[in-house]
Amino acid sequence: MEKFTKLTGVAAPMPLVNIDTDMIIPKQFLKTIKRTGLGANLFDEMRFDRDGQEIEDFVLNRPAFREARILVAGDNFGCGSSREHAPWALLDFGIRCVISTSFADIFYNNCFKNGILPIKLPKEQVDALMMDAERGSNARMTVDLEEQTVTGSDGEVYGFEIDPFRKHCLLNGLDDIGLTTEAAATSIDAYEARTAEQRPWL
Amino acid sequence: MTAPRTLYDKIWDDHVAHEAEDGTCRLYIDRHLVHEVTSPQAFEGLRIAGRKVRAPEKTVAVPDHNVPTDPTRLEGIKDEQSRIQVEALRRNAKDFGIELYDIDDDRQGIVHIVGPEQGWTQPGMTIVCGDSHTATHGAFGALAHGIGTSEVEHVLATQTLIQKKSKNMLVEVDGELAPGVTAKDITLSIIGRTGTAGGTGHVIEYAGSAIRNLTMEGRMTVCNMAIEGGARAGLVAPDEKTIEYVKGRPNAPKGGQWELAVTYWNTLQSDDGAHHDQVVRMDAAEIPPVVTWGTSPEDVLPITGAVPDPDSFEGGKIEAARRSLDYMGLTPGQKLNEIEIDTVFIGSCTNGRIEDLREVAKIMEGRRVRDGLRAMIVPGSGLVRLQAEEEGIAQRLQEAGFEWRMAGCSMCLGMNPDQLGPGERCASTSNRNFEGRQGYKGRTHLMSPAMAAAAAVTGRLTDVRDLM
Repeated sequence: MEKFTKLTGVAAPMPLVNIDTDMIIPKQFLKTIKRTGLGANLFDEMRFDRDGQEIEDFVLNRPAFREARILVAGDNFGCGSSREHAPWALLDFGIRCVISTSFADIFYNNCFKNGILPIKLPKEQVDALMMDAERGSNARMTVDLEEQTVTGSDGEVYGFEIDPFRKHCLLNGLDDIGLTTEAAATSIDAYEARTAEQRPWL
Repeated sequence: MTAPRTLYDKIWDDHVAHEAEDGTCRLYIDRHLVHEVTSPQAFEGLRIAGRKVRAPEKTVAVPDHNVPTDPTRLEGIKDEQSRIQVEALRRNAKDFGIELYDIDDDRQGIVHIVGPEQGWTQPGMTIVCGDSHTATHGAFGALAHGIGTSEVEHVLATQTLIQKKSKNMLVEVDGELAPGVTAKDITLSIIGRTGTAGGTGHVIEYAGSAIRNLTMEGRMTVCNMAIEGGARAGLVAPDEKTIEYVKGRPNAPKGGQWELAVTYWNTLQSDDGAHHDQVVRMDAAEIPPVVTWGTSPEDVLPITGAVPDPDSFEGGKIEAARRSLDYMGLTPGQKLNEIEIDTVFIGSCTNGRIEDLREVAKIMEGRRVRDGLRAMIVPGSGLVRLQAEEEGIAQRLQEAGFEWRMAGCSMCLGMNPDQLGPGERCASTSNRNFEGRQGYKGRTHLMSPAMAAAAAVTGRLTDVRDLM
């Protein structure tokens, strides 16, 4: 997994609430057996018409936002299915950070497994960053994970909270399985031995 | 003396295999269900790292999302990508020693219907699957939730998940349901009230006399949609009904172990005075038959209602509702029971069980599907299909004008040939009405099987009580 330390880039505003995983990556693109290549179909049904032509006014098609690295989104981003194809598609497109007031649990979790940083901020702050993002390539934001800050284009700094373990994994690009097999292998063996006695039917 | 604990607290405590100083836990997973769409990349990851599946005997695989539901699938799946995914699942199951219910096996079906049916699902377990509707298994008092593909790989390799504990939420529904009102109306009404983010960060325990009085099938319908309410998992404490349902199933505990298991299962209730971080109470008698009007599962109204005015909402929901009405082709003030439909879909992990089909058969007695409608019934598993055929339900419903299909996820998510066309409107017993969910530009109204049957008869959204 790629490390996440500090990111500066254009932020695309998507004020719609309840953006679901079917919007982020529609079901027909889940038939892949790879993790890569999904960026071409990110937000497919909002981004392209049936003939594959770009829908002009969709934010990621507007010239100012084609290189966006950050999304500023409405409440409850990523609700719906557990498909990790959603963060894979964002990552493949180049988005490494999503800012919203709230995220659906499974999506939130999936982000951290892929080097994407989801940031929760209070409504007024998301609203302010949304307005800032509207300015497109004239307004680059900086996200600093070590410092836990988002800096708007006017220099306004917003602090955010993040679980220390997740922060550590993102900063260092750590693979969860590696961590578990090293740190906890003996305790898993012990747990299995204990359970085999206490609940043998499992 | 220990502090009173909730059902969730108890299952959690019994599954913490390792706790780090910062509170991050490795939660042991008792059962892992695997399907073709969210697992190929996980198995690929294992191969690349040279890792094995730690507990293949606790893992079971079944293709469901993109298998066609017509009998020609047995001659081979025509869509190349779908075929490759199903073949990959087959190969992965074989290479890693995992039991597979393949598409020619009567036990094949939607993973969340197969798990309980085969007795894989038992009270007090932790169960995961790379699918958000894993919440279904919570009906047995099992802690069950969806995970992403990286987590699928993690569970395959280590039989644990890295987790932090969620909060406790109690949803208590007391009283008697009115005639024509079902488990689906309960679960949709809860989401209508709490919203799709109402349960975020929580595990919901469903309690109260109305939940107790539901069959196991009904409880599965309620827990299935916990995720639409934002909660990763829903739970119902096990009771005699639960134990009776599990007893004798192929993978249920046997002999002396059965007694041991039942003794443990009987301890799985929230203690008196246990703390819930959020409590919602509803009166069952006040729940009417409901339908959704928009593109979010929280867009729920009684069938007697009318399409709302977007301006009646607040904040970001105003724009979202406007977008929904535009997508759904509806205007504010339009009466819900005048909305005409083209398609009826009965099936999915929410409502593809035998009880759901019986419910439909009851409403259809002496009636026919309205001419010109496409109405399909997709049993949740091969065994549900066989049972319905034995009970004579299948024949009666076919005579009434329904298509009778093979088991799979079908039109719930349109990853297989069963899809809505642009602008087509469906009365659906599934769980999501998102844009494009059932097919590009397809329009979905969620409802109970009884309500979907009523719509099949009249060709429009209909109050099932008018047909009772």
